[in-house]
Amino acid sequence: MILIKQVAIFLGLWLLGEIISYYSHLPLSGSIIGMLLLLIGLESKLIKTKDVKDVANFLLNNMAMFFIPAGVGLMCHYRVLKQEWLPISVAIVVSAIVVMTVVGLIMKKRS
Amino acid sequence: MKELLNSPLAHVCFTLAVFILSKKLQAKYKSPLLNPILITIVLVISFLLLTDTSYQDYERNTQVISFWLAPSVIALGYALYSFLGEIKADFKKIIISMIVGSLTGIVSVFITAYLLGASKATMISLAPKSVTTPIAIEVSKEMGGIPSLTVAFVIVVGVLGAIFGQTYLKLIGVNDPKSVGLSLGATAHALGTASISERGPDFSAFGGLGMALNGVLTAILAPWVIKLLLILLY
Repeated sequence: MILIKQVAIFLGLWLLGEIISYYSHLPLSGSIIGMLLLLIGLESKLIKTKDVKDVANFLLNNMAMFFIPAGVGLMCHYRVLKQEWLPISVAIVVSAIVVMTVVGLIMKKRS
Repeated sequence: MKELLNSPLAHVCFTLAVFILSKKLQAKYKSPLLNPILITIVLVISFLLLTDTSYQDYERNTQVISFWLAPSVIALGYALYSFLGEIKADFKKIIISMIVGSLTGIVSVFITAYLLGASKATMISLAPKSVTTPIAIEVSKEMGGIPSLTVAFVIVVGVLGAIFGQTYLKLIGVNDPKSVGLSLGATAHALGTASISERGPDFSAFGGLGMALNGVLTAILAPWVIKLLLILLY
């Protein structure tokens, strides 16, 4: 029962997030809004830590696995990826290095 | 037999089994190339090609797995809550690093792709590559990119960030949970965040924060930056 209640809270927040996302026309997904709702709920004590803790930890620890079906979708873009693989891969790698360096170094400074 | 191989049960079992085994493999050999996400994606694609199964079938059969993606993003709110004190203490620096990170991310991928002769549609599809899929799709659609291609780029960036991100950050001396989390979350969204979740809840919390802030900022900034770059370059 405890787990069912926790799961229900997560799904409820997701649904609420989707509804807000739909009516507000914000370019934010329902899940990101749901994340902010959970944060606000916990901070304002509307949601108790013990009511989300176990499922939250389960979800966080297994996040990588939930991505696999989307990742397998790469097989559909074989042709474009093959045609423009050089500019695409170089641009992605360069940009990833730039962002990690910039963010990492700004955060490291003075800390 | 053919129907059994193309059932939700078989596809979910195969995916879970490969993922668990590749996690064990990585725990044993500790090489970043043995990334469980990468190995599982490659093996599942091989399996689908060998059994002559379409991606549409696999996608439908494994909805029971991908369904939990959104709840796991919501769970980051719990991780953030646990570290709210530390976030508030460093708020200004976090916001500055995220604005600069979002801007440099969009500009660098756009210019590099342009210099190497990518098509305009590819460049626009690449621009929102560092953010979670739903936001990336919206930006790409709005600016004239190809949304499904953007999804592919988002995954490529996520997988690359998950494999090499930590090694690169170690190389430039970035090791604390705040900096590592924010950098990887901002670069490689939820996949980057997932790759550091094993290092502790503080890493996940800042990964989630980096991902959320970069998502929001990119959604706001990307359309303007893309417009400006298109005027300057064409």
